[in-house]
Amino acid sequence: MADDTVVGSAATSTTRAMFDYAPAPESRSVVDIASSYGLFIDGEFTDPVDGRSFKTISPASEEVLAEVSEASERDVDLAVRAARNAHTKVWSKMSGRERSKYLFRIARIIQERSRELAVLESLDNGKPIRESRDVDVPLVAAYFFYYAGWADKLQYAGFGPDPRPLGVAGQVIPWNFPLLMLAWKIAPALAAGNTVVLKPAETTPLTSLLFAEICQQADLPPGVVNIVTGAGETGRAVVAHPDVDKVAFTGSTDVGRSIAQTVAGTTKSVTLELGGKAANIVFDDAPVDQAVEGIVNGIFFNQGHVCCAGSRLLVQESVAQDVLDRLKRRMATLRLGDPLDKNTDIGAINSAEQLAKIRSLSDVGEAEGAGRWSPACDLPQHGFWFPPTIFTGVSQAHRIAREEIFGPVLSVITFRTPAEAVEKANNTPFGLSAGVWTDKGSRILWMADRLRAGVVWANTFNKFDPTSPFGGYKESGYGREGGRHGLEAYLAK
Amino acid sequence: MPSSGERIEVRKTYKLYIGGAFPRSESGRSYEVHDSKGRFLANAAQASRKDARDADVAARKAFGGWSAKTAYNRGQVVYRVAELLEGRRIQFVDEVQRGEGLSRRQAERVVDLSVDRLVWYAGWADKVAQVVGSANPVAGPYFNFSLPEPTGAVAMVAPEDSSLLGLVSVLAPAVVTGNTVVVVTSYSRPLPAITLSEVLATSDVPGGVVNMLTGSAAEIAPWLASHMDVNAIDLTGVEDAELARALEESAAQNLKRVRRPGPVDWAAEPGIDRLASFLETKTVWHPIGI
Repeated sequence: MADDTVVGSAATSTTRAMFDYAPAPESRSVVDIASSYGLFIDGEFTDPVDGRSFKTISPASEEVLAEVSEASERDVDLAVRAARNAHTKVWSKMSGRERSKYLFRIARIIQERSRELAVLESLDNGKPIRESRDVDVPLVAAYFFYYAGWADKLQYAGFGPDPRPLGVAGQVIPWNFPLLMLAWKIAPALAAGNTVVLKPAETTPLTSLLFAEICQQADLPPGVVNIVTGAGETGRAVVAHPDVDKVAFTGSTDVGRSIAQTVAGTTKSVTLELGGKAANIVFDDAPVDQAVEGIVNGIFFNQGHVCCAGSRLLVQESVAQDVLDRLKRRMATLRLGDPLDKNTDIGAINSAEQLAKIRSLSDVGEAEGAGRWSPACDLPQHGFWFPPTIFTGVSQAHRIAREEIFGPVLSVITFRTPAEAVEKANNTPFGLSAGVWTDKGSRILWMADRLRAGVVWANTFNKFDPTSPFGGYKESGYGREGGRHGLEAYLAK
Repeated sequence: MPSSGERIEVRKTYKLYIGGAFPRSESGRSYEVHDSKGRFLANAAQASRKDARDADVAARKAFGGWSAKTAYNRGQVVYRVAELLEGRRIQFVDEVQRGEGLSRRQAERVVDLSVDRLVWYAGWADKVAQVVGSANPVAGPYFNFSLPEPTGAVAMVAPEDSSLLGLVSVLAPAVVTGNTVVVVTSYSRPLPAITLSEVLATSDVPGGVVNMLTGSAAEIAPWLASHMDVNAIDLTGVEDAELARALEESAAQNLKRVRRPGPVDWAAEPGIDRLASFLETKTVWHPIGI
């Protein structure tokens, strides 16, 4: 628990964590945060044209970390020009083999600076260091490593004998996995020979700016990667810029819809990776303890700020009580607090705005009649926090069963037959992911055939790998990121 | 005789590379290596039948661990070899130049191509399954997919002329896909192979994954071709057609996969042919149903 937790309350609670841990904070000294940052355009950090800026804070303490430039339409235009220039004069002319070596360099630098990146990510985003260190950053390096290897093998990827890049890619990414989403966007784009203008989320710009330094360190030609920080307006400018050939967006379904409208009638290619309301389906023959771990990982990983989070638990009626009892026992051992503490399981909610949204939807859940439960959990006094929460007795009609909460909130729904599980799982406008827990292989595949979702995890959840395509059905978006399939979005048809 | 005061250079007798160690040949033999102009370069161990058998034992022992590593990990390990090769660039340029009688610039180009070739193959580790594997839409309630797996212990006769680029080009595709290898190096130009062994010994490639035998292919290859615990043989470096035929014939005894010799332009883009040479395809069926 964080330092400012009320001391001694553990003794008064019966469902508190079984063990007290001594604080084990990761040192911040590994990372140097500048007091202010410019935009990264044409290989240099530059001041924005109209000099506007905003602050980025640590959601765990509300401490201001740095002042970050806000890119206007004119700055975005400069960035797109730089990207176009670099594409025409350098990057599209370079052999795949040489592009490949730049990407390998970047992958190696990420590996070498991994601790620094992990600490900065946890500071700016609020996610536990255990996750940024063991999941986010190793995956970031792996995605660059994987796509580095594709840069000189594009003719083998199955998209024709002479694959060509699209040109300039405008990419807008969310705050839940700031650096990992950057990797998902930039690595395949560069491998395929495109140049990019990327806008990180306004609450989590710092690792993108550190990545810009890494591009300099790797001697990446200027203009190949441009980073423009800012909020919604900046993102809109990137998407709407007439000289952007390809738009890649990860974020909410609402913004995705408006991007699809913006590009209508243009020649821009688009990929959208949007929201989800994944069903995590537990059958009566599932190994229960393993399933409980999967449920916890599915919804509480990264505070539930995961588009593919298993936010609906569909549990077979015959085992529902047993699963719930064990789930509650397990939730009582989750440790919430300082993201930089190596013992922390649940970090801070990324922003006050997101916290308000989670609170409001949770209140709606209660008002609509679902049963709310959280383990006894002291929240730190500063920063943005929400305890791990489950709702039982949730019906298909409840808003907490239909809308993406994007927080550590699980809705529990029961079913009796596999067909009913499929029916309920698919009863959503989303279709990003699903989980199936059963001992029977044939049933896994029967379910996988019927689930309208882009990723189906069986007896596991929230697994990511650079070789594995990821993306949604229905209103969870279109296009795939990762794997051989991920190249398609960055190659001309 | 050197004039007084001139330093006498230390002449080295190089050893074999087996199971991650550098043993002398069991036979106690060595031979002189000369440069393209006939000047003495070094002594190299002359491998025997017993050395070949030891090397195969090491390759077999290493196969389980190496083939079980994730493709991502194997890719990283091979990429690391490329990094180390780049670090020893000057030594390799020197050896290629003297051994192959090239100009400095030509030798530099050969070494650069060799490093790039390793990087190219490193990238294939976690992609080859996506290119040669498949999900098969069988007409029935079955999930059916086909995946490549490494063949096993592979014996290779490395090119006689292209002593670094040719060697790397036959070695890397077999290793990156998860095979372990016993290589009979170029007889007349073994130094790049020996230096590559030193690179491998200090890299993350586990001992036994690559084993290098300096010596005569005509003497050693028949033992490898007839060895019942070798799964495949690459005859790329066999220049004598009669010997190649004899090796292929004895390889047939346990149905080794055989890659026949033929002219190769080592500087050209290699394609995925060599990657596929030492892969088996495994197809898995699984029923679909409640």
